[in-house]
Amino acid sequence: MPDPVETAPRHESAHLHVSGAALYADDIPLPADALHGAFGISGIAHGRIATLDLAPALAMPGVVAIAVASDIPGENNYGSVLHDDPIFADGLVQYAGQPLFAVAASSHVAARKAARQARVEYQPLPAILDIRAALAAHSYVLPTERLVRGNPDEILARAPRRLRGTVIIGGQDHFYLEGHIAIAIPQEDGAMLIHSSTQHPSEVQQLVAHALARHAHDVTVQCRRMGGGFGGKETQPALIAAAAAVLALKTGRAVKLRIDRDTDMLMTGKRHDFLADYEVGFDATGRIQALRVMLASRCGYSADLSGPVNDRALMHLDNAYFLEHVEIVSHRCKTHTVSNTAFRGFGGPQGMLVIEQILDEIARTLGVDALSVRHRNFYGIDSRNVTHYGQMVEDNVIHKIVERLADDAQYPQRREAIAAWNTASPVIKRGLALTPVKFGISFTSTTFNQAGALLHVYSDGTVLLNHGGTEMGQGLFTKVAQVVATEFGLPLSAIRVSSTDTAKVPNTSASAASSSSDLNGKAAQAAAQAIRQRLVQHACDSYGVEAQQVRFRDGRVFIGERNIGFGELAQHAYRARISLSSTGYYRTPKIQWDKAAMRGRPFFYYAYGAAVSEVAVDSLTGETQLLRVDILHDAGTPLNAAIDLGQTEGGFLQGVGWLTSEELWWDDDGELQTHAPSTYKIPTARDWPAQATVRLLDFEPNREDTIYRSKAVGEPPLMLAISVLHAIRDAVASCGAAGVLPELPAPATPEAVLRAISVVRRGVGA
Amino acid sequence: MCAGEPPSPANSVRFLLDGEVVSAPDLPPTMTVLEYLREVAHRTGTKEGCAEGDCGACTVVLGELTADGARVGYRAVNSCIRLLPTIDGQELVTVESLQARDGALHPVQQAMVDHHASQCGFCTPGFVMSLFALYLQSESPPREQVLEALSGNLCRCTGYRPIIDAAMRMGAYPAPANWSREAAHSSSHLAALRALRRTQALKFAGFCAPRSSDELATALEADPDAVLLAGGTDIGLWVTQLLRDLTSIIYIGEVAELKRIRSDAVGITISAAVPLTEGWAAIVAAYPQLAELAQRFGSPPVRNSGTLCGNIANGSPIGDAMPALIALGAQIELRRGSHTRQLPLERFYLGYQRKDLARGEFVVSVTVPAPRAGQRLASYKLSKRIDQDISAVCAAFVVERQGARIVAARVAFGGLAAIPARAHATENALIGKPWSIDTIESAAAALAEDFQPLTDLRASSSYRLQAAGNLLRRFYFETEGSSMPLRTAEAAAGPP
Repeated sequence: MPDPVETAPRHESAHLHVSGAALYADDIPLPADALHGAFGISGIAHGRIATLDLAPALAMPGVVAIAVASDIPGENNYGSVLHDDPIFADGLVQYAGQPLFAVAASSHVAARKAARQARVEYQPLPAILDIRAALAAHSYVLPTERLVRGNPDEILARAPRRLRGTVIIGGQDHFYLEGHIAIAIPQEDGAMLIHSSTQHPSEVQQLVAHALARHAHDVTVQCRRMGGGFGGKETQPALIAAAAAVLALKTGRAVKLRIDRDTDMLMTGKRHDFLADYEVGFDATGRIQALRVMLASRCGYSADLSGPVNDRALMHLDNAYFLEHVEIVSHRCKTHTVSNTAFRGFGGPQGMLVIEQILDEIARTLGVDALSVRHRNFYGIDSRNVTHYGQMVEDNVIHKIVERLADDAQYPQRREAIAAWNTASPVIKRGLALTPVKFGISFTSTTFNQAGALLHVYSDGTVLLNHGGTEMGQGLFTKVAQVVATEFGLPLSAIRVSSTDTAKVPNTSASAASSSSDLNGKAAQAAAQAIRQRLVQHACDSYGVEAQQVRFRDGRVFIGERNIGFGELAQHAYRARISLSSTGYYRTPKIQWDKAAMRGRPFFYYAYGAAVSEVAVDSLTGETQLLRVDILHDAGTPLNAAIDLGQTEGGFLQGVGWLTSEELWWDDDGELQTHAPSTYKIPTARDWPAQATVRLLDFEPNREDTIYRSKAVGEPPLMLAISVLHAIRDAVASCGAAGVLPELPAPATPEAVLRAISVVRRGVGA
Repeated sequence: MCAGEPPSPANSVRFLLDGEVVSAPDLPPTMTVLEYLREVAHRTGTKEGCAEGDCGACTVVLGELTADGARVGYRAVNSCIRLLPTIDGQELVTVESLQARDGALHPVQQAMVDHHASQCGFCTPGFVMSLFALYLQSESPPREQVLEALSGNLCRCTGYRPIIDAAMRMGAYPAPANWSREAAHSSSHLAALRALRRTQALKFAGFCAPRSSDELATALEADPDAVLLAGGTDIGLWVTQLLRDLTSIIYIGEVAELKRIRSDAVGITISAAVPLTEGWAAIVAAYPQLAELAQRFGSPPVRNSGTLCGNIANGSPIGDAMPALIALGAQIELRRGSHTRQLPLERFYLGYQRKDLARGEFVVSVTVPAPRAGQRLASYKLSKRIDQDISAVCAAFVVERQGARIVAARVAFGGLAAIPARAHATENALIGKPWSIDTIESAAAALAEDFQPLTDLRASSSYRLQAAGNLLRRFYFETEGSSMPLRTAEAAAGPP
C-alpha cells in the first residue's frame, strides 16, 4: 500500500505560496483613491479620557479624516456575545492598547505617524491587572459557573490520601504571520464590500452592518485566505473591519486598515491565562476518588468568547480521566487588560494542564511513575465511561494509543536510562513524560454546528466550489475540494475553490472548533450529491439505463456499456435544461447541551492522541531542550494524511511554544512589553526536535458518520505539547529528593525552571 | 550631505531585478526595500510580518560583486528594515524571480511543495528566499546548516519539520532553467553588475554614500547631525517602528576601505562596513570558542546586513558582541575629520545610551587582540529561545593561569547593567587566587558587588544575578572537563 502521506494531494495553493502569487488581503490592488488607516490606542490600562485633542493629528501631512466613537452611525460595538466591546473607546479606557480613534491618510506610514500625534489626557482609575487581584475584588465579566457530580466533599473528607496544589498557566499570543487587516470599499446605494482576514466572515458582516446602521444584505465580506488565524481571527477582525468601514463611510473612499505587528499584539486578544487551586483525594494506587478545583481565567475587560472558552476549560478538565466525584468552580475574571479570545484549543488545553499536573503530583507523592497513575485513571470502555458533564465516552481509544506509543517509544527502558543518567550527571538533567489527549469535537454552542455550500458545475464540466469555511492554512479548501472531486469522480484540478463570500453562502459559523472540514465537507458533499443525482437521472433518461449503472470515475461517466467525459455529460445536461448548481447544507446530528445544567452531549465525538517527550534541562541556567518526541495521533480515516500530519506537527510545536518560550509580560502599569517577535519568542526551526516520530493512528475510521469517517485535527494536537512541560517537570524534580513537588508554572522559561530547581533543591515543594 | 561632491547626474538608486536595471529616482531615502517592492513596484510576493527584521517573511536575496569583481556574493537579508538606497549597484532577487518563464518552479519551491512545507503560506516567500540563498551556497546542506540558514524565519503553522526536509532534499532536484547555481555566477550576471558600478558617490536629497574614508570624515564633520548608516539593522527600526524622519543620512557601505578585515600579529581589525557575517567569521577563526555566540547573534539575514562596528557604536546594554570583545581587550579606532584616536572598547561606554563619541566622530574599526598562549576564553548567552533572541544575560570570561594560579582575569557581562561592562570585583576575586571551585564561588559571590541588574521582560534581577554566577561556574566546569555533558545540546536522546 502506498504511503498515504506521500500520495496525499498538495495544499491547493502550495504552488502559489512558494512563488509569491497567493494573494492575501494586503496584496489586493486598491482603487486609485484608496486611503490607509491606523488606530490611535490607549496608553494606560484604566481611566477616563479627559482630553482627546485630534488637531495635531489632523494637521499631519496626508491626513484626510479621523473617526472617533461619535462618527459611528450605528452601534459602537464589535462584541458578538455581550455588546461590551466598543470599536472606539467612548470616555472610558479599559486596557492599554484599546482603540480610541482611527486615522485615514494617503499612506500607511502617514496614517501611523498622524495617529501618534493626537494629544490624549487621562484621569487614571485603579486597574485590576491579574487573576488574584480580580478574585480578591470579585471582578468578573460573566457569572461564575459551577459543575458538580457525585459527592466530592464527602468523598474527599474520607479519601485515604489528599493533596492540595496550584496550577499556573500563562497566556499566548497567536502570532499569525499575517497581522489583522481589512479593506472597506464603498459600493452603490450605501452598500459596503469588505475584504477581511477573518475566520468568521458572517460575524464581520453582521457587526459592520450594525456599526454602519445598515443591514446584513448591505455588507459583503470576502476572504480568500488568511496568513494564519489560530482563533485570533474569530472575533477580532470585526473591530478592524468596522473601523475601516466607518472611515470609508466618512470619507466616501476605500480604506485599507492594516495594523502593524506591535499594534496587533497590544490591541487584540490572546489565549487566556489561568490559575487553578485544587484539592484531590486519591487511593494508594493513585486513582482519584474526589476532586475539587477552583478554576479562574483572565478574561480581560470584556466577555468576548470567554464564556465558551471557560466552559470548554471546565469540560476538558477531565482530559482522558474519569472523575467520579468532582466539583469545578469556574471564575471568569474581569481585568483591565486586553480581552482574551479564542486560541486553538479554546480553554481545553488549560483545563487539561490542570488535571495533568494533579496526576503528576499524585504520582510523585506516591513515588510511582506518572504514567501508571494516568493509566489508573483513564476512562473505562464499559464502565467509568461517563464524563462529568454527562456524555458517555463511546469511542475510547486512549488505552490502545497509549500502550502502543509507550511500547514504540520504549518508554519503560528510557525511564530507567534517564534515572541512571540523572544520578551520574550533575549539571544536565533529563526528563521524560507521556501525556494523552482527548478532545471534544463540536461547538459547545449547538447552533454553530451547521454549514452551507454552493456548488456550480459549468457546462464544460469544471466545478466551482463555495462554502462557508475559511482557509487559514489548515488545508480546509483542499479537503473540501477533495470531497467534491471524489463525489464527481473528477481530478482535484477540475475543482476550483472560490473565496469565502457572505454573498454566496449566508449565515456561516466561524472556521473554528476544529469542525470546519466536518461541517463544510458534509455540506459540499450534499451539494455535489444533489447535482450528481440530477446528472444520473439525466443519463438514465437519455440512455435508458438504471441509476446503479451510472458511475463517475477518473473524469468520466460510465453509463451502462458506454462512457463519456464528465464535461460531455454536463454539456448534455445543460442543453436539456438541467440545473447544474446546488446548495448543500449540513447540521451535526446527535448533539445537545443544557447550558444551565451543564449536562448533555455537547460533542459529536472525541479525537485522541498521545505524545512522549524527552528533554534536557541545564540546572545551572534553567535552559531546556526538547531532545525527542514520539506522537501517535487519531485523525480517523484522514481526508488528507499529509495535511493532518502537518496539523499534528504544527499544533504540537505551537503548544511547545506556549508552554516554554512564549512569555507574555506586562509591566506594573498593565502595559504589555512583549508585543513583537523581538520580545515574544515563538519556536524557530531549531526547536523542532532532532528526533521526532509523528504518526497517525492506523487510519482507524471514526465511529460516527463524519465526512468519509475522518476526524477533526485542527486543535487536538496542540495539547500533545503538555508532554514537554511534564518532561521538564520530571527533569526539575530529579534535582531534588524523591517526593518533592516541583513548583513549575507555564511557560517553563529558563528563569521559571531555574527557580523551580532552586526550590526542589531546598526540598520545600508543595 | 557629502560636502564638496560635484553634482552627479546619476542620483537615482539603480539595481538589477530579473535581469533589468531598475532606476528608482525621487524616492525618500528612508524607503525600505520592502516598501519599494510592495507599494511602488506592486510586487506583493514579499510579505511584511513584523517590520523589525525578526520574522523573516520579508526575506529577499541580494547579489553583490565580490571585491575583486570575479564573482557575485548572494545573501539573504530582511527587506523590511533595509533601506532602498543601500542596495544601489546590487542585484535584488525576490520570490517572484525564481520561477522559470514556462512556469516551472525552482527546485527550492518545488521541494517546498512536494514536502507539504507551506500551510498558510504567508511566511513561505521568506523561507523560499532563505533556502534559495542556501541553495546557491550548498549542494546538499546538512541539517545543522539548514537550521542556521532558517534561524531568522518564523513559521507558525508547520512546526518546521517539512521545511527542514525540503531544504535537505532540494539539492536532489534537476538544475532549473532559471537561477541555477551556474547561472547565478554567469558572465552576463557579472557584466550586468559591473555596469552598475559607480565612480562617484550616490547622492540625492537627504542621502549620500561617500566612497572613501576621507570623503566620509569630511561629510560627517560638515553635517554632524546626519545619521551614519551601515547595515541598518537598528536604524531601519527607527524608521519602521519609531517612525522617525531622518533628514540626512550618510551611508558608509560604499567606502571600500571600511569593508576590510586585517589580521596580523596584533590582532584582527574589522572595519566599520564589514557585515557581521564576515566579522564573526574572522573572529571565530582566531577564537573558535566564540562559534556558538557568533551563530546565535541575530540571524543570517541580520548578520548579512548589520555590522560589528554598528553593534559597537549602537552600544546597547544587551549587544551580544560586547562582553566577549571587552573581555578580550578589544580596542576601537575613532575618527573625526582628519583626527583619529584609539580607545579600549570598555571605555567607550559611559552610561545608558551615552558614549565617548564626539559630534562628527565615527567608529572606524575594532581590533580584537590575537589569542595569547595559556588564555582560557568562553562566552555564554542566555535567552528564552536558542536562536535569534536577545540575551537576558551574556557573559564572557578570559582567564590566564600560571600553573594553578590565576594571573589575569577579565570578566564582562551584558544584560546586567545599563552598559556592557566589566565585573571588576569578580575579577579581583579571581586574580592571584588558585584556580579552584572555592575561588569560583567567592568570585560568583562578588558579582553582587559589580551589578544590580534590572527586572524586565527578559528576566528578573535575581535570575540575572544567579544565572551570571552559574555561568562562571559553568566556565570552571568546562575548563576542568567533565565526563558528563555540561550543555543540553550535548545530551542527545535516544533508545537506551
